Amino acid sequence: MFKKRHVLTMREFSREEIDSVLDMAASLEPYARGRKSDMMAGKILALLFFEPSTRTRMSFETAMKRLGGGVINLGPAEGSSISKGESLADTVRVIGGYADALVIRHPKEGSARLASQFSPVPVLNAGDGAGHHPTQTLLDLYTIKKESHLENLSIALVGDLKYGRTVHSLAYALSLFGADITLVSPASLRMPDPIKADLSSKGTRVRETCDLGEVINNVDVLYMTRIQRERFPDPVEYNKVASCYRITPEFMTGAREGLIVMHPLPRVDEIAPSVDGTPHARYFQQSFYGVPVRMALLKMLIGRGA
Amino acid sequence: MSEIKDVPKGLRVKPINNGTVIDHIAGGQALNVLKILGIYGITDATVSVVMNVESRKLCKKDIVKIEDRELLEEEVNRIALIAPAASINIIRDGKVIEKRTVDLPDEIVGVVRCQNPNCISNTLEPIKSRMLVKTKNPVLLRCIYCEQPLTDRIAEYLI
Repeated sequence: MFKKRHVLTMREFSREEIDSVLDMAASLEPYARGRKSDMMAGKILALLFFEPSTRTRMSFETAMKRLGGGVINLGPAEGSSISKGESLADTVRVIGGYADALVIRHPKEGSARLASQFSPVPVLNAGDGAGHHPTQTLLDLYTIKKESHLENLSIALVGDLKYGRTVHSLAYALSLFGADITLVSPASLRMPDPIKADLSSKGTRVRETCDLGEVINNVDVLYMTRIQRERFPDPVEYNKVASCYRITPEFMTGAREGLIVMHPLPRVDEIAPSVDGTPHARYFQQSFYGVPVRMALLKMLIGRGA
Repeated sequence: MSEIKDVPKGLRVKPINNGTVIDHIAGGQALNVLKILGIYGITDATVSVVMNVESRKLCKKDIVKIEDRELLEEEVNRIALIAPAASINIIRDGKVIEKRTVDLPDEIVGVVRCQNPNCISNTLEPIKSRMLVKTKNPVLLRCIYCEQPLTDRIAEYLI
């Protein structure tokens, strides 16, 4: 079912391939929680992070180490071959010679695809500028499957839907599962028209609103994202907008019993800390699920028999 | 066989004996066609350019004649990026020996730059730009690296 050499974008995943990754992640979850494994013994994963990352970098590292493999790090770009002007193409050719797979985060769009053209080993895209971040989407799908349901799902994507690469990929992937998607954002941060048109062309029900209160009682999943202050030149305008997309336990009073709240993190103030203790909060589980999902991808790409 | 039907012989352009005549280029695009063919700056080629003459097929058209060079099919097809109605006449000994229309290939390599300034293809990496042709009329290209579409102002992004 899984014949990929690289993981670059969600668009390259079929529904069946997504299912196979999620099933594999479920079978590996005990190892993500600490059960001993030597599945990746003798294998080395190289982490090439040209931009700061906490969760993605550390969860890849955890995934590889918990499966008994080793990790090498590019380290800060300063003082490395990058600062001497080495091309990305050369960097991945060299480091591809040291490792069994490369994880790359880079500020330029298309960088992971370029890396895949030069790397002798599989490349996993951990974020290419405003482009793609497929492992985030896969862990989001895994969270929805585990904590809610992927079939007949009603989901609201909330916040910055214009620049947020996470929600673009997630919306696309959800369209493969026939989800009912509500887009909730301020007018200036609406999801771009070509992405909406693409979703509609796949038969996905998409509706748009600025009013979070209008949808909160009718969805299974509330997927929150951060509205970045720098998107608004006027701080007063930012405060006004941001306060409309902030959730509290009181705000969720009429919500469905099984409503789950997700967030790719880090959050700033779009989810009040008092929500953490409610049965709706799932963002920390979501963050943890990055480990089994990344384990699954590593096993499927470079595990024995892959 | 006459070389160009719309423009009477001897009026604006002299017939050529050997080479290529590119006719029915959308008015004003001739210089971009030359750019696509790699003819710009200092060149040894003998080239005639006629711009914005009246045409039965288009309102206004340009014509380019390149002497002693028969364009290859892949060169011809790139012209479709900015002149999808162009017709190509290969001339030998004063006669049209072949007429071709242009047809964009499925992928264009090293001809059009991605319009996204943050695309990896616009850096010093050892790669050529690569654009998938999503639709041919109107022309819609998509960068294979960053997936940014390019449809308007393609001429501005010619390399």
